[in-house]
Amino acid sequence: MNRPLGTLNLTINGTDHAIPADPGRRLSEVLREDLRLTGTKVGCDAGDCGACTVLIDGAPVCACLTPVAQAAGRRVTTVEGLPDAGFAPLQQSFLRHGAAQCGICTPGMLVAAAALLAANPAPTRAEAEEALGGVLCRCTGYAKIIDAVTSVGQADLPAPPPAGAAVGARIERLDGGPKVAGTERYGADLAPENALIVRAIRSPHHAARFTLGDTAAWAAAQPGPVLVFTAADIPGDNVFGTIPAFVDQPALAQSHVRMRGEAIAIVAADPGTIEAVDLDAFPVTWQPETPELDVTAARAGNLIHDNRPGNVLIAGKVHKGDPGAALAAASQTATARIETAYVEHAYIEPESGAAWMEGDTLVIEAGTQAPVMDRDDTARVLGLPPDRVRIIPAATGGGFGSKLDLSLQPLIGLVALKTGRPARMIYTRRESMASTTKRHPARMTGTAATDADGRITAMTFDGDFNTGAYASWGPTVAVRVPVHASGPYRVPNYHATARAVHTNGPSSGAFRGFGVPQAAILQETLFEDLALANAMDPLAFRRLNALQQGDATVCGQRPGGVGIADSLAALQPHWDAARARAAELNARSKTLRHGVGLASCWYGCGNTALPNPSTIRLGITPEGALRLHQGATDIGQGANTVITQICADALGLPVAAFGLVGPDTHLTPDCGKTSASRQTYVTGKAAEIAGRALRARLLTLTNSGEDAALALDGADIVARDAHGERRVRLSDLPPDAHGYAIAAEETYDPPTRALDENGQGEPYAVYGWGAQMAEVVVDMALGTVRVLRMTAAHDLGRVINPLLAEGQVEGGIAQGLGLALMEEYIPARTENLHDYLIPTTGDMPEIRSIFVEVADPEGPMGAKGLGEHVLIPTAPAILNAIRHASGARITRLPALPHRVLAAIRDAQA
Amino acid sequence: MTAYHRPTDLDAALRLLADTGATVAAGCTDLFPATDRRALPGPVLDITAIPALRGIVATPEGLRLGATTTWTDVIRADLPPAFDMLKEAAREVGSVQIQTAGTLAGNLCNASPAADGVPCLLALDAGVELASTTGTRRLPLSAFLTGPRQTARRPDELLAAIHIPAAATAGRSRFLKLGARKYLVISIAMVAARIATDAGRVTQAAIAVGACSATARRLPDLERALTGAPATALAAHVTEDRIAPALSPIDDIRADAAYRTHAAAELVRRALTDLSPQEAAA
Ligand SMILES: Cc1cc2nc3c(=O)[nH]c(=O)nc-3n(C[C@H](O)[C@H](O)[C@H](O)COP(=O)(O)OP(=O)(O)OC[C@H]3O[C@@H](n4cnc5c(N)ncnc54)[C@H](O)[C@@H]3O)c2cc1C
Ligand code: FES
Ligand code: FES
Repeated sequence: MNRPLGTLNLTINGTDHAIPADPGRRLSEVLREDLRLTGTKVGCDAGDCGACTVLIDGAPVCACLTPVAQAAGRRVTTVEGLPDAGFAPLQQSFLRHGAAQCGICTPGMLVAAAALLAANPAPTRAEAEEALGGVLCRCTGYAKIIDAVTSVGQADLPAPPPAGAAVGARIERLDGGPKVAGTERYGADLAPENALIVRAIRSPHHAARFTLGDTAAWAAAQPGPVLVFTAADIPGDNVFGTIPAFVDQPALAQSHVRMRGEAIAIVAADPGTIEAVDLDAFPVTWQPETPELDVTAARAGNLIHDNRPGNVLIAGKVHKGDPGAALAAASQTATARIETAYVEHAYIEPESGAAWMEGDTLVIEAGTQAPVMDRDDTARVLGLPPDRVRIIPAATGGGFGSKLDLSLQPLIGLVALKTGRPARMIYTRRESMASTTKRHPARMTGTAATDADGRITAMTFDGDFNTGAYASWGPTVAVRVPVHASGPYRVPNYHATARAVHTNGPSSGAFRGFGVPQAAILQETLFEDLALANAMDPLAFRRLNALQQGDATVCGQRPGGVGIADSLAALQPHWDAARARAAELNARSKTLRHGVGLASCWYGCGNTALPNPSTIRLGITPEGALRLHQGATDIGQGANTVITQICADALGLPVAAFGLVGPDTHLTPDCGKTSASRQTYVTGKAAEIAGRALRARLLTLTNSGEDAALALDGADIVARDAHGERRVRLSDLPPDAHGYAIAAEETYDPPTRALDENGQGEPYAVYGWGAQMAEVVVDMALGTVRVLRMTAAHDLGRVINPLLAEGQVEGGIAQGLGLALMEEYIPARTENLHDYLIPTTGDMPEIRSIFVEVADPEGPMGAKGLGEHVLIPTAPAILNAIRHASGARITRLPALPHRVLAAIRDAQA
Repeated sequence: MTAYHRPTDLDAALRLLADTGATVAAGCTDLFPATDRRALPGPVLDITAIPALRGIVATPEGLRLGATTTWTDVIRADLPPAFDMLKEAAREVGSVQIQTAGTLAGNLCNASPAADGVPCLLALDAGVELASTTGTRRLPLSAFLTGPRQTARRPDELLAAIHIPAAATAGRSRFLKLGARKYLVISIAMVAARIATDAGRVTQAAIAVGACSATARRLPDLERALTGAPATALAAHVTEDRIAPALSPIDDIRADAAYRTHAAAELVRRALTDLSPQEAAA
């Protein structure tokens, strides 16, 4: 075991290293852990994600699949070596085009692109797609990455916008530099000195009782000192969850597991020891139980939580008018039953992070979407007051909802707290997929009807959403779905129920859209049926029925800034051209049939009729440094940039003057969670108010009028207007408790009105709207589908940053396409990124984004949310396009080739 | 630390293999994904430093593809059109990264039912050369692959080379792969087809289907029907009953069995259509 390691000679980025290493060790490990070259990322350890791509003698390989012995004596190039190898312009191009969102895939993309450009300096899009086909990105939809690779050196970074002109400017992300340099610090990159490495023992069963054996004897038999922690070691309340009324998940199970992948113990040891620990022999005896895996059967099955009869966690309902009578009187009716699959977030960064003690404060640095919730929940589990837990969000390599929930925080926190030593943990890909939340699989039925003019008169919706073993965000889904299942249409008579139902499947939680994307599939299938039944053009049908300003929603709310009609209108010319093109192409081919389909979305921003405030602090130090405490975690979506843009214009200073203080719970006030498309709107609004408040103070301080222009000049604040210039030295002012010479702190909470027992009320203060059109080609003999083009018209009220907004649209479409065509998580079967498929470069259509700006009366500078909206219409638009092309009406997702072919045959029968 | 051997000489490698029964490691693109460990579990015999095992050379009987020939080597090699299918397959193996490291021999020894190299090499009548300290033996590829993840290789044997007989280097070829996405995808079904013609007639038809049975299979009924037929409209000979008997597809997460048979027939039809239009010259 402790034989001395041989020495290997490696040439990395032109520097020779002689390092002692096991020759069979993954090159990625040697780079990251031994040489601390952490720019090379690890997303899967299996060749599936390409995040670890490096060049060996100029050829791209996966460092995770390369025994270090094979790199010995050869030239290894990592992202850190790209500038010296002449690829700085490529990195600039990534920044310029917004090609990095969360940035976790960026090093792999850059390195793979460098190999291409070395051989072919002016690649076509197709060549770039092929060269990058082995690197997965879950954020961008690839379009901007391909743009960046095919236009290196073609455009300089534009000059930063002057004061007052930030909103609407196409500026690159403010936090992009480290992402393209490979220096961004994600959870796995943190390696505090003397840290213990933590591994979890997890259930291989969907449901089981268990008893632990002699863990002390097992630990003693390991090749080095090993610590074991179980539920018995947890000092606080061994239960966590995102919604206080439904908290139900143990950090470490006590004697009973409700899902595969649930942790029952953790093991900690030094890095040198942990590898040799025989986790498979951990002493535990399982008594497997018959699991409930089907959502319908579960409603009459064994109880997964004793206090939840029928395994129903919660049911949400919206009821308006008399749908029964309206259906009876209808001219046309349509009924559908649709089933969707578990969908995995598949961010490229598995959960990872580090914890350590600072005095008696436990510090946890890990990727997250909700630092304050992490703090409070971890404190509860560990029996600490919240102010003795500090959460420092690490750069987050994608979240999409799942990193709203706790994962490793209580585990590494426990080890740090108990041992006083730092603790690190990095989930394996399998562990990440098995143990974290998913999109709810939905089994939905619905009926909708029109009158003789094609006007929708009624709709019913009933859905069982498989919420898996633990509550997570199941209640949010059950409440959101009935509110949104009508789509952005006038539906005078409506009844919708959605239940979150427990099974022993993985917990379903938050995933971009909180159940609304699933509901939209059913609704837009029904509306397609009705358009066809009425012999109406599908777009005309939707335009006829779209909500107009002043109309009431199914909740009886009359929202401001209704932009669906404008979004649909924006599609009209594209629709006409695409339908004509499809008809022409179909006249020539029987096997390859073209189709065009569309779908709409609406989505309320922020919590459903519950408080969700954000607080922004903004201050100027005595030295004249402007600091924005930006507490909205940026998981790649761009909050750091967009919030700053809003604040900059409210304050009247240029974006370049801002320094950001991140969402560290000890430094920055709570901006809530990055979910529900709320950050641009809610935190943006707080930033706008804080910006204006600070401006007002500065104007008072300088005795200036409203229209004065402000500037920072060293430690002076300078105000200029028609009457001249006034200066105040900031260091002359007494600093406040936070050390600022002058500051403002403002809170904003969306005004909503609670829903009554019929779901009537004002659930959201702001909605975003949109419609997308898909052009597809269906292979009638094989059932394969290729999406050629997506045209996406979204009303964001006010576009704060078109570059980032396009990135959201493209990324959302990629996820919607995956949901429609390929993604299906099956516990124990697809716990990796080769059985679980997400779109690659080669699967993405051309994407055209059209931004509609119907100003919102409430949103900051008229802005609305966008992050989740963009995913909602994609899948139904694709399904409607498949139907237009082939007649196939898909009722089970994803639309894998064999399912499409079966549906084509059904349609022909 | 694991015992890790990386000899540069074939005889030394064979001796090590006989002595240690080590795991043979080439591109490691199958080996590493099979473990969560930071290092390959040993003992390991890494064969990538043995020059004698790399590369493609002409031999008196045909062509010899050394064991550590990578997919990228195949793509770059100057080979007759009979190998177009192998190049097409190589381009579709995983990604550029996987093609750089992964080897043909690794693909065969790993013996996945969905191995993309297998149908092509079956349609090239490939044989494998198995070397050990006790000598070498040759087996037809179809006899080497005995089941899913099973081969006729003894633990002390190294797959040293793949041999293609001269006769099989004739004709033109095509590979078609069906998966649920474009890159990095495990085949739902794939087809390799090689057709040689003379004077307007088919002289050789070699057609193999993968991912539709425990190991990829040739289609003898269809090949018989094609041999001697006019070299046009080849696809017209494809019927499901000339294909289905050779296959034994299963239902899995990627597709159901009935779909696989149907898709295999359709892919064969398309491959043959692609090989039909040019009137045969060879
Ligand atoms: C992300 C990813 C995508 C992939 N995509 C595809 C794909 O599209 N199509 C496909 O067919 N495959 C695919 N593969 C599988 C793999 O890349 C191929 O099978 C590859 O050809 C294996 O070669 P290797 O040299 O890497 O094998 P290794 O991993 O080195 O070895 C594979 C097996 O063969 C044995 N072995 C290797 N060489 C010899 C030898 N000369 N003698 C005796 N035993 C030997 C090893 O002991 C091991 O059991 C993919 C793999 C990954 C990680
Ligand atoms: S980490 Fe190497 S390919 Fe994913
Ligand atoms: S930017 Fe590519 S994975 Fe996040």
